[in-house]
Amino acid sequence: MLLRHTPKEVHERTALTVNPAKTCQPIGAMYAALGIHRCLPHSHGSQGCYAYHRSTLTRHYKEPVMAATSAFTEGASVFGGQANLLQAISNIFTVYEPEVIAVHTTCLSETIGDDIPQIVAKARDEGKIPSGRYVIHANTPSYVGSHVTGFASMVKGMVDYLAASNGHKENRINLIPGYVEPCDMEEIKRLAGELGVPVIMFPDTSNVLNGPQTGKFHIYPDGGTKVEELIAAGSSIGTVALGPLASGPAARALDTKCKVPCEILNLPIGLRSTDTFIDTLRRIAGVTVPESINIERGRLVDVITDMHQYFYHRKVALAGDPDQLVALTEFLVDLDMWPIHIVTGTPGKKFEKRIKEITREVPHPVNVRATGDLFLLHQWLKSEPVDLLLGNTYMKYIARDEDIPLVRFGFPILDRIGHSYFPTVGYRGGLRLLEKILDTLLDRQDRDAPEESFELVM
Amino acid sequence: MEPAIFVERKNQIHRKGEAPFDLECDKESLAGAVSQRACVFCGSRVVLYPIADALHLVHGPIGCAAYTWDIRGALSSGPELHRLSFCTDLQEMDIIFGGEDKLYKALTELIVRHQPKAAFVYSTCIVGIIGDDLYSVCKRVGQERGIPVLPVQSEGFKGNKRAGYHAACQAMFQLMGTGDVSGISSHSVNILGDFNLAGEIWVIRKYLSRMGVTVVANITGDGRVDDLRRAHGAALNLVQCSGSTMDLAKMMEEAYGTPHIRVSYFGVEDMAESLYAVARFFKDPEIMERTQALVREEIAALTPQLQKFRAALSGKKAAIYVGGAFKAFSLVRAFRLLGMQVVLVGSQTGTKEDYQELHDITDEGTIIVDDSNPLELSSFLKEKDVDIFVGGVKERPIAYKLGVGFCDHNHERKECLEGFVGMLNFAREVYNTVMSPVWRFVPRKAAVDMHNP
Repeated sequence: MLLRHTPKEVHERTALTVNPAKTCQPIGAMYAALGIHRCLPHSHGSQGCYAYHRSTLTRHYKEPVMAATSAFTEGASVFGGQANLLQAISNIFTVYEPEVIAVHTTCLSETIGDDIPQIVAKARDEGKIPSGRYVIHANTPSYVGSHVTGFASMVKGMVDYLAASNGHKENRINLIPGYVEPCDMEEIKRLAGELGVPVIMFPDTSNVLNGPQTGKFHIYPDGGTKVEELIAAGSSIGTVALGPLASGPAARALDTKCKVPCEILNLPIGLRSTDTFIDTLRRIAGVTVPESINIERGRLVDVITDMHQYFYHRKVALAGDPDQLVALTEFLVDLDMWPIHIVTGTPGKKFEKRIKEITREVPHPVNVRATGDLFLLHQWLKSEPVDLLLGNTYMKYIARDEDIPLVRFGFPILDRIGHSYFPTVGYRGGLRLLEKILDTLLDRQDRDAPEESFELVM
Repeated sequence: MEPAIFVERKNQIHRKGEAPFDLECDKESLAGAVSQRACVFCGSRVVLYPIADALHLVHGPIGCAAYTWDIRGALSSGPELHRLSFCTDLQEMDIIFGGEDKLYKALTELIVRHQPKAAFVYSTCIVGIIGDDLYSVCKRVGQERGIPVLPVQSEGFKGNKRAGYHAACQAMFQLMGTGDVSGISSHSVNILGDFNLAGEIWVIRKYLSRMGVTVVANITGDGRVDDLRRAHGAALNLVQCSGSTMDLAKMMEEAYGTPHIRVSYFGVEDMAESLYAVARFFKDPEIMERTQALVREEIAALTPQLQKFRAALSGKKAAIYVGGAFKAFSLVRAFRLLGMQVVLVGSQTGTKEDYQELHDITDEGTIIVDDSNPLELSSFLKEKDVDIFVGGVKERPIAYKLGVGFCDHNHERKECLEGFVGMLNFAREVYNTVMSPVWRFVPRKAAVDMHNP
């Protein structure tokens, strides 16, 4: 019993997080920056920060993750990190030749008050930034928000620094996919393609963090949104932002800066959120939904109806990030499942309100908590067990101790593959989620069934 | 493309035989270089966290706790408190008003709930900057709760992992001398610098037990607070992974007169020599006899099993890039035992003496490198056309992208690599990856296959 130290009784904690359901902002900023073509993320802080982010992303994606650091020392911490960042910018452009350096701050550089725009301006004045190359930045102190808000800030940084209106409205739509996996981004792009909607999608980590084996090591893999596209995003007719927390700030900034109107939607996870996504694209672009998409949707509905007897009234506990949890909870409710314990580590009161709305009809008390942790979730589970857990790899401790099956979903996943190759967004993604949930539930049923009621046909 | 080398790093790379050996090292990493190094906090955390019945509280932002949550695979034979993640999760208001109150509450709550034998409180960058008085909070809680509460001065920006090892040693040293040492055998040792990855310390303890030598404290794999408290009663300290615990051995030598020897449990020669060194120290002919018998027995069992691997691997080329250089010595010898040639060897934090020794034991043409980065490493791997790369988590995907075999000799090793049994496991792992048929599908090998069907 790895978590035998977890008591059943819940006491309010004000000073302590145990077994977190979040991590810090900079890793989200690094992940977002990897979605720009030929971009080197840069961590303005101690060496440990970026070493941890690279290691964690490497464990999650099984891919090399390139980033640089200002390598703060005691001196930099006292006198400011300007000299380090100037030297880093110069070194990086000389040796690694990126098109963009995406700087994110850390708790250290934020607290000593380094002014990144001023340092970048100085670098430009001193000729350290070659022409046609860019340095963008996001403020991501680790003591604010979570990895999700860090991602959001870096995506907004792309808009703040790069998007520009050319005075015309071009017939295309900006897509901000949210803090989702490389394959999800690819799937979102594919769906827009099926609809015949020209899009600019940013960021785009597909073919960066799920690249092929080529026998070569590339600092900059083929994928990523190109700088020209990020600039041109300022001249699109509209923006569709997926996931309010991860994509909302960038979409609103683009509206303010370049007068590109935006619609901010749920992540397209599950049937209804995908419907909304497809319908919004159709409406803004003025296209009709092709038969191919209707078929994809129909298949998802088909499986939902075929197998609904195995879903209904199954209790589920979820932990993860707000944008994902909102869409996922809605999907589960649509399947007549009962999501009864829902935790995110990311702060924000809206989340709890939104989940309560979605689960209003669930005939069971529902526990929901933002700024929660997996320790709290485990305590809830000890009082009210469930049939299924949905969450990242760290949930496996609870799954083992309480003997509850786990479907891995979210970040990080350190012990399985698939998350970077098989999308969970869109109708096909919905099918994949159903398959994973059903496999898990039915495998458990087969394992536990007494011999006389062990069934061949299910 | 020419390998991209920073001009400033030119002297941190050496090709044996090309020039007199004078490798630069122990330098701060160049800002902007993609170094594979980590920070002080990381160093402290990896050394201390295997102490399984202690509370480990990270005082700082959530990231520092999240990224170090149970990542090392350090096994415990009993308590598992070390596998949980505890953090004060500092927020903006704490940065403005200070985090001492939060730390006090968190510590108190945790100690009341879990009744640990001791608590380690890790400082992070931000705590160093806002100036929380870790010492006084730890002292107060320690007095109120009656257990040692030890601050670890591991602010990330104070250096690299080596500084973190030092902070960890200082914290552990606070425990020494506080336990009862009566009844400890005169033939006793502490095992320093072994973290019980894949159960390795249990193998070493068995060897020592067969020799008639008692182990007082594991430092820190499968470690226990009470053992650390009486560790000063041991007759000898065995120091492996010298980077991480040599400081502690020196502190103990100064304070308690405990002598130490440097050992390595990797590879046949180093394993045998380490056991002999222990036997020689105790000057007890019976221990020496038992040791000789043990080594004879183990080698006799191992040698025939190694033959198959040696035959297949002979002439293959290996590259090594590890955290501390000391481990690299043993790896060079272990590869030699398998008939393989080490063509690249480097470390994140090696010292002048370390690199001199590496230079002395490697062959002509071997590349020796300090504080390298992915671009350099990948260009060396290609240039030398290696068959296997030994490294850690960030190195693995580089090898695989190039189509090169890989063995994790760091936190993510899944097999026990220490001891005589470890040599066999290592040989098997090297064989399995080097000879794996999956490389047939990799472009470099596929092209060769096409020409020589």
